Amino acid sequence: MSRSDWEVVIGLEIHAQLNTASKIFSGASTAFGAQPNAQACAVDIGLPGMLPVLNRGAVERAIRFGLALGSRVAPKSIFARKSYFYPDLPNGYQISQFEQPVVQGGAITIRIGDGEDAYEKTVRLTRAHLEEDAGKSLHEDFHGMSGIDLNRAGTPLLEIVSEPDMRSSAEAVAYARTMHALVRWIDICDGNMQEGSFRCDANVSVRKKGAEAFGTRREIKNLNSFRFLQQAIDFEVGWQIETLEDGGSFVQATVLFDPATGQTRMMRSKEDAHDYRYFPDPDLLPLVIEPEWIERVRATMPELPTAMKARFERELGLSAQDAGALTVTKEVADYFQAAVAAAGAAHAKLCANWVMGELAARLNKAGLEIVCAPVSPAQLAGLLLRVADGSISNAIARKVFEALWNGEGDGADEIIERQGLKQVTDSGALEAMIDEAIAANPKSVEEFRAGKEKALNALVGQVMKASRGKANPAQVNELMRRKLCA
Amino acid sequence: MPLSNEQLMRLARLARLSIPDDKVDITRKQLDSIFILIAQMQAVNTTGIEPMSHPQELAARLREDVVTETDCRTAFQAIAPHTEAGLYLVPKVIE
Repeated sequence: MSRSDWEVVIGLEIHAQLNTASKIFSGASTAFGAQPNAQACAVDIGLPGMLPVLNRGAVERAIRFGLALGSRVAPKSIFARKSYFYPDLPNGYQISQFEQPVVQGGAITIRIGDGEDAYEKTVRLTRAHLEEDAGKSLHEDFHGMSGIDLNRAGTPLLEIVSEPDMRSSAEAVAYARTMHALVRWIDICDGNMQEGSFRCDANVSVRKKGAEAFGTRREIKNLNSFRFLQQAIDFEVGWQIETLEDGGSFVQATVLFDPATGQTRMMRSKEDAHDYRYFPDPDLLPLVIEPEWIERVRATMPELPTAMKARFERELGLSAQDAGALTVTKEVADYFQAAVAAAGAAHAKLCANWVMGELAARLNKAGLEIVCAPVSPAQLAGLLLRVADGSISNAIARKVFEALWNGEGDGADEIIERQGLKQVTDSGALEAMIDEAIAANPKSVEEFRAGKEKALNALVGQVMKASRGKANPAQVNELMRRKLCA
Repeated sequence: MPLSNEQLMRLARLARLSIPDDKVDITRKQLDSIFILIAQMQAVNTTGIEPMSHPQELAARLREDVVTETDCRTAFQAIAPHTEAGLYLVPKVIE
């Protein structure tokens, strides 16, 4: 038996923190980084007699999500109490949704891998429901006690549950990344993984290829980076296959991933699983979402990445790969669209190359986000128009781009003019330089005439150098060839 | 179906209740009588009846997404048994 005899089955649960100003059931602030317990009001700390009141903003974000995934937005959904004991959960229960969640069904298309091996896949959604987050326990030593910070208690979460449709860690990561980009795209979650705004639990099982029934699953909790998600699943899959091939077995369980060792370890088995005793929360009446509300939200939805990608391919003639790269985040897409709007759709491919090439490399090197790029889309468009009309070569364009990046001028035209970078296309001037190069390099001339094509490049290089990069290489090449073959 | 002692102890553990040995039998008997009542209720035919989450036919009132609360930590922590550096201190729990 080998690894290839097994099929991996993965389902993901993602907790996305909704970017509301206030909490899901109270008017306390959700801002990150406040002093401990400074943003935990009477409702959040579970004082007796307090009543939760649902935040309209949290519901609206759930509706946006449902519309983006083509899900059913439930006209009526129910909040339930999920009971368990932990000191950072002051009420002894978490308000969540169990039966009748707010978002039901839906699907998302993901793309796995790059280049020729890339493929697309549709992952189905089971549901997404609204719930409150718990507080934080700090286990540093406070005289043998634990410290509790309830600022996070009551922060709105959308728990997004997929069907077990993924078949490898690569697919799970692609799904998580696509979902991460989407919640940011539709502006319901800031996606900050360091601050815990987006975290994943992975349900992993294996079965013999061709088997119908699912194997026993283990759930890996609280993965807060895509790298950990991949590592944890890979380790878990290896462990499960090895255990089964050795004739062993295991029970359904919850496990934790330890980034230091790269291993998963058991937290609790199914026998020890919490009995959450879900029941409808008597403090909260059913959430009713009228069709008019859904339509109002629909009217505010941005064009979604898949639709935009298809439009870039159809209307701008971009490849699937380029269109995909330019719709990875809303910010990149906005920048690209602004550049195309200024340069004209005819130059979309050129814009795409520069946004994904020079601009991306520069931003990466400087550690900047595209919204902070020192070169505006209009400035980039101005530069690319001069490349397109042959005024400057690509090499010179990179120089002008650098000047724009460093704030040495307002626009490409100004820099080209001031620094005298305009391409020399006057064939008289070029011919003089070509004659000079031929006279100065008899050896290269000899070699070319003897059939060595490469020698021509050396001669063209001499002319480019003499023109300080302002000659058009294609034009020089042609003129040079004509002279040498004359 | 009568409850076994093992089932009783598991329920007690989930509810974080400690039941002394000499109370196991009496607790089990009392719970059994509750379960008999539940069994009677479950015998009622509810096919086709939508489960009711709330007794009234009302919808939740929603609040606007605005911050209305201010920091009342000092007042809240005045009644807490132990606090330090703004944190509530509780007996150590590590799962």
